[in-house]
Amino acid sequence: MKKKLTEIAPTLSKAPTGIAGLDEITGGGLPAGRPSLVCGNAGCGKTMLAMEFLVRGATQFGEPGVFMMFEENAAELTANVRSLGFDLDKLAAEKKIALDYVHIERSEFEETGEYDLEGLFIRLGHAIDSIGAKRVVLDTVEALFAGLPNHAVLRAELRRLFRWLKDRGMTAIITGERGEGSAITRYGLEEYVADCVIILDQRIQEQISTRRLRVLKYRGTAHGMNEYPFLIGAHGFSVLPITSLQLDHEVSVQRVPTGVARLDEMLGGKGIFRGSSVLVSGSPGTGKSSIAAKFIESACARGERALFFAYEESKAQIVRNMRSIGIDLATPIKKGLLEIHSSRPTLQGLEQHLVMMHDLVRTFHPTVVAVDPISNLTMAHDDAEAKPTLMRLIDFLKKEQITGIYTSLTSGGDATSAPEDSQLYVSSLMDTWLLLRNVEFTGECNRTIFVRKSRGMAHSNQVREFVVSDTGIDLVDVYLGGDRVLTGSARVAREAQERAVSTLRGEDHQRKLRQLASRRKAIEAQIAALQAEAEAESEEVHFVIAQETLQEKTTHQNTSAMAQQRGGATGTNGQMKQRR
Amino acid sequence: MSVPAPRTARKAGDPPAFQLRLYVAGQTAKSLDAFANLKRICETHLAGQYCIEVIDLTKTPQLAAGDQILAVPTVVRRLPEPIKKIIGDFSNEERVLVGLDVQPINA
Repeated sequence: MKKKLTEIAPTLSKAPTGIAGLDEITGGGLPAGRPSLVCGNAGCGKTMLAMEFLVRGATQFGEPGVFMMFEENAAELTANVRSLGFDLDKLAAEKKIALDYVHIERSEFEETGEYDLEGLFIRLGHAIDSIGAKRVVLDTVEALFAGLPNHAVLRAELRRLFRWLKDRGMTAIITGERGEGSAITRYGLEEYVADCVIILDQRIQEQISTRRLRVLKYRGTAHGMNEYPFLIGAHGFSVLPITSLQLDHEVSVQRVPTGVARLDEMLGGKGIFRGSSVLVSGSPGTGKSSIAAKFIESACARGERALFFAYEESKAQIVRNMRSIGIDLATPIKKGLLEIHSSRPTLQGLEQHLVMMHDLVRTFHPTVVAVDPISNLTMAHDDAEAKPTLMRLIDFLKKEQITGIYTSLTSGGDATSAPEDSQLYVSSLMDTWLLLRNVEFTGECNRTIFVRKSRGMAHSNQVREFVVSDTGIDLVDVYLGGDRVLTGSARVAREAQERAVSTLRGEDHQRKLRQLASRRKAIEAQIAALQAEAEAESEEVHFVIAQETLQEKTTHQNTSAMAQQRGGATGTNGQMKQRR
Repeated sequence: MSVPAPRTARKAGDPPAFQLRLYVAGQTAKSLDAFANLKRICETHLAGQYCIEVIDLTKTPQLAAGDQILAVPTVVRRLPEPIKKIIGDFSNEERVLVGLDVQPINA
């Protein structure tokens, strides 16, 4: 974005503020060598913005700066900005920053004729020269209106002052109080400072305060027109720019497992894409947090860094509860791979939460971020307002190639109400949407899961039962009984029933086999008996034949013997033989 | 830069009751006018009781912060306490006297 805008306006040189997000919105910073007006109501952070501009200029961009204050004195200011980590005393000693406290008291003055504010110019000029300043802050020059009775002179002198700053090539920030009604500033400073006007705003909505920044005007350059939430945190000013309209982030083809093997199976067998966003939605108690925790645990087990933003439970509670289902978050925390940030959603506005997340993500560099749940964050906001801010977060994480897991509580507790209605319209931003449902059947409530969508991969269309036990979480095939999905005990009963039926059938088969075997055995026995009989018969036949032969032989022998004895009558014997 | 103020009718070693410091920006006609006006008023009403120290901020800009000078010309009444400031070219004598808290001498 930064590159593109500077391409559009290459001639206008800009002075980077170094403030996270602001340079992106303004396409590189404030107009160099010109004054810019920062206005807002009391407590909006005008001074903080101006001070960070100076400090970053002095420390990061080699441009020393003069801070001329009209409301606080140097000691007060130094103490105030120390909380942001800025050491003004040190910077002043290094001649990087000059502080000048201008104080005027109406009661001390007596006007006795014509005068001008050359003294102010001299003081400013002296401060600039003493450190070779390139940047100037006047905070808040409007205090002069209260101190000096002659506004005509003051206005003329201010006009001259801003002209003078321009001539000297100072990049300046002039702060101003927000005026009544539609007036930008109370004393119309915008008339003199016309190059760049930034408005800061603090709004209370539903008892939650949110700070916003808007670039009202930036002459000669393209700039973000929207209101951007900002935060004054431990590292200074932080503006959350919207970049999601660009949709030009790079994508990864790398897949990361979810930590639940069966779930990966449903997601084309390999899990989700790195850097994609996953929405896990479901009614209360469907196991959304468990899926998020499991994902984080598996990421940390691979040595990746993860951030867990929790808006329902405290850190200790999460660690304890997840341990009860076999998910160990304590080890990665100890190793420094995981950070759990728990806070109340009502602590600050949604935007400020998101700015805080931004800051943490930028400092921690995680590859996985879980938000549990995003629906809580938006409790106090209507959906129309919540969407763009959530979009910013989702988009930011995508841009940074961080895998995001967002759980979302659906309002409907039962399976019949459409859970699609309560997704804050973020589902369109999500790459993968896992839908968890409670199924109540036969006096039991069970969890089911299915992949509502998953961009860029073939994914299962099956409903699986989601089982959480003390050994972890797993997915089990559901049973389809009639036109119903069976889960839990009903599934177990159904399984038992099927098992019983198959056992019975098996036994029947065995019985039949046995019957057949025995019948065959009987036949075999019969065959054996008959064979024995046949054998006996044949033995008889042989015996008879043998007997006959023997008899004949004996007879023949006898006859021959007799014939020998009688003296040769063989012919007779042969005739006898033939006759037989 | 400090210009010794005219001292008249005063015993040596006795510090003047009115110690004034005039801040100007350069030796401009305006500055000179202002100095002339101031001196005339002082001579009239505070003869012998005052001294004026003139500071040219274009030459010593670092002195501006000390007395919180914004407008020029400014005269600061350092003594007697409390410190008072008068801005302008001192053309309005009445207001200068109010500012210095001096009773006018009717002459």
